Amino acid sequence: MSADFWYGALATLIQVVVVAFGGPLLVGLMSKVKARSEGRVGAPVTQPLRDLWKLVAKERLHARHASVVLGLAPTVILASTVVAVAISPLVSTRPWLSSSADILVIVYLLLTGSAAAALGGLDVGTAFGGMGASRAMTIGALAEPALLVAVVALSIQSKTSNLPGIVSATLAHPDWVLGPSRLLALGALLIVVIAETGRIPVDNPSTHLELTMIHEAMTLEYAGPELALATLGEAMRLGLLFSLVANLFLPWGISTQRSVMSLVAGVAFLALKTTFVALGVALIEVRSAKLRLFRLPELLAGGFVLSVLAVVTGLVAR
Amino acid sequence: MGLYLAALGLCAVAAAAGALLPRRRRVTPTALLGALGCLAALTAALRILVTGDAVTFHTAQVLPLTGLSLSLDPLGAWFVLTSAFVGVAACVYLVGYAREGLASRTAMAMFMVFLLTLVAVPAASSVMSFMFFWELMALSSLLLILADQSRHPEARSAAIWYGVMTHLGAASILLGFLVVAAGGGQSFSDLSAQSSAMSPLARGIAFLLILLGFASKAGAVPLHVWLPKAHPAAPSPVSALMSSAMVAMGVYGIIRVGRDLLHGGSVWWWVVVSLLGVASALYGGLHATTSTDVKRLLAYSTIDVVGLVLIGVGAAGALGDSGLGSVAHVAMMGALLLVLAHAGFKGALFLAAGAVERATGTRDLDLLGGLIHSMPVTTLVVVVGAGSIMAVPTLSGFSSEWLLLQGLLHGFGAASTPTVIVVLLGVVALALTGGLTAVAFVKLVGIGFLGRARSPGAAKASEVSMSMRVAMIWLTGAGVVIGLVPGLLVAALDRAAATGRARDAATGLAHGTGLVLTGLHGAIAPAALLGGLVVVMVLVGVLNQRATQRRVRRVEAWGCGRDEQTPRMQYTATSFAEPLQRVFADVLRPQADIEVTHVAESRYYEQSLAYENRVVDVVEARGYRPIIDGVLRVGRGARRLQNGSIHRYLALGFLALLVVLVVA
Repeated sequence: MSADFWYGALATLIQVVVVAFGGPLLVGLMSKVKARSEGRVGAPVTQPLRDLWKLVAKERLHARHASVVLGLAPTVILASTVVAVAISPLVSTRPWLSSSADILVIVYLLLTGSAAAALGGLDVGTAFGGMGASRAMTIGALAEPALLVAVVALSIQSKTSNLPGIVSATLAHPDWVLGPSRLLALGALLIVVIAETGRIPVDNPSTHLELTMIHEAMTLEYAGPELALATLGEAMRLGLLFSLVANLFLPWGISTQRSVMSLVAGVAFLALKTTFVALGVALIEVRSAKLRLFRLPELLAGGFVLSVLAVVTGLVAR
Repeated sequence: MGLYLAALGLCAVAAAAGALLPRRRRVTPTALLGALGCLAALTAALRILVTGDAVTFHTAQVLPLTGLSLSLDPLGAWFVLTSAFVGVAACVYLVGYAREGLASRTAMAMFMVFLLTLVAVPAASSVMSFMFFWELMALSSLLLILADQSRHPEARSAAIWYGVMTHLGAASILLGFLVVAAGGGQSFSDLSAQSSAMSPLARGIAFLLILLGFASKAGAVPLHVWLPKAHPAAPSPVSALMSSAMVAMGVYGIIRVGRDLLHGGSVWWWVVVSLLGVASALYGGLHATTSTDVKRLLAYSTIDVVGLVLIGVGAAGALGDSGLGSVAHVAMMGALLLVLAHAGFKGALFLAAGAVERATGTRDLDLLGGLIHSMPVTTLVVVVGAGSIMAVPTLSGFSSEWLLLQGLLHGFGAASTPTVIVVLLGVVALALTGGLTAVAFVKLVGIGFLGRARSPGAAKASEVSMSMRVAMIWLTGAGVVIGLVPGLLVAALDRAAATGRARDAATGLAHGTGLVLTGLHGAIAPAALLGGLVVVMVLVGVLNQRATQRRVRRVEAWGCGRDEQTPRMQYTATSFAEPLQRVFADVLRPQADIEVTHVAESRYYEQSLAYENRVVDVVEARGYRPIIDGVLRVGRGARRLQNGSIHRYLALGFLALLVVLVVA
């Protein structure tokens, strides 16, 4: 086993652990920011982690008419997210399998997770599960194309759709960062990230109001360890998307050398960058109202148009 | 060539057996002979793909005047492989499936003739041989659509649509060939030699005429209207063959004629092909999300996939002419791999649709549900098939879409503006259909197979017979292997995609088990990704069991305070797709009728309420209906000539004779 192999293994392990803890912490941080700006004290930042710990110890409950899918869906959500986290350029540009970290792989891994969540929702055979699944898939069907096209815009300059390739190319050409194409793609990605992580104005993670909930409706039938898995999966997905936004646009600090110190620095920079993204998203949440479900396509179509414009701008500037 | 001819022979023997054997001993021997024929064809095609040597055969005995010419090169072999791969499954499936209409003498014989033509069309190497097999393919499938018409009355109208469209297409193809063959000779090698000497305009006209015919067979929008009628109306094994193999013949025709016989031509040819592809991908994907009939959904998704394939073929053609030969090669490989992968998963899905129909008596998703409990094997097949078409990483649809996207992405470097625009539209269509396909197939799996049964038929379903299960598992298993180790196929794919083009040294794919682009930056390793997924899932599963140490307790689902929830309260396929239907209302033009009957005493109280919601094919309603209505109107007008008066008929006959004499 070569040193590269062990470095890759270490980087992968660190990325998974960092995102597994960092994702829930980011969720906690965002609720804290929201609470403070509303004049409340709010729960501690570590609350999501404590919730997970509490849920793991609980009893496993399944709905009467559910099949194996209900038990399997949270595992698939978590596994697809963990694999995406493991291979993406988050802490290092060279984790295991990073040669396979193509944008299509990441987008379709995320889509697999969404599909698993929707199938889990439909499996119990209640109105809520179907409602959440239908809405979430509709939003996903409009948001994920925008994600793909936005990263394609970045790949025009770097001539590869491999994410570590894009990150390394950006490190080598700092002047690309402020290009018009990049800024348009950043706008598109922010909309996608808000939609995919179910934040206001797309979805409200802290409500269970029947008429408006999207993601919570799908996970309504999960309890105990399965709810923990699904929640952790969603938190890691949030961590992954925030980190990707941070690293694709401001890749500095990511570990490219084969040394432990650079990995430590990579973790620190990642934490810093994602905290900024989380603060930004939390501010958007505080300052905006949730959109009606049938106004959402306009926002998401806007995101898609931005991403296509980013590609066109990139092609014109080529 | 011997083995390939033996395969054709076996199919012919199977057809004879279907026509001659007595009813009781007809189905199984005929089907097994057909399966054997397909296996032989599969082996022959694989051998040609591995060695790369084309084989030819000519006999004057079979067809009058010109004789029969066959020649199988790697490109043809790729499509023979596709047909034979599905053919084996369809035949095995037939053993358990064929009853009543489909088990009749005519239907069994025609089924085998259909198989024979599907294996023979990609090998035909002269205009006469090609048109012979092409027309035989159309006629045999037309009869097969009508095989079950006693149970499916809509089959008659579907057959008329199919018959008219396919024959207009065939006429168009023949006209195109006539333009090319004007200099004499009718073998494909003659045509290839002559086309270099033709004027660009004549070549363009010939290509457009031929494209019209092949695109209508492939189901490209706006020539697709017959497809969502004919594919669902046919018996399921026939639908599987039509949707995965026959549609591929249209694609084959475009590649063979455009790239090989007419040598690529101009960029605008391929721009047209790509635009057809973009329209098909988006239109098919949208309609698949709103369809509630299982087979109609699958048929529209076929249009969607054909669109992606045409995007790949078009991009390959345009890029090849813009000097990006190696990128064009990648796009072409993506398109070809998608054809094979699609044959696997769409074949399996159509067979599973047949199994569901056999078990529940309906194909309406709004009446299904809960089949995972009673039909676990079929459900697994559908889940894997849906995953493949949704391009879940590690499944077969993914590798091909990845190759296609790589071809498009690196095509941004092309110098010609039309090419770049086409490539951009291709990327956009690929991205959008990815999302739409996910909605359609989550709906298929989630509403059809999960949840609770929505009708007595679905509640009483049971798993189908052994042979049907074996057939579905064969297609699914082979598809999984293609997805996991696409590297196995790289050499074959490389040869097939290079047919008709000068080989570019810098092109291609290196292969271990995954795919690695050489000369361009890009790679995927599906097997390793699957390994990662499995490791995480097993770890999580074990921890989940260990950490809790408790058995799962079954409880009622939360019902918002209600004691009891009925299956009627679940979301249906219609309601699942409603938000998306509303988003795309401008394109889909859904029609909704609400009929309220008031109580006699007061109009403030309703007695009954009827709601109907349907999505009709806009292209058919706006594009084809006016033409059909016009033709019918002319026909009705012409009827007035026929008033029973012998004097008038004599006068008309005389007039006609005069006109002929004057004109001649």
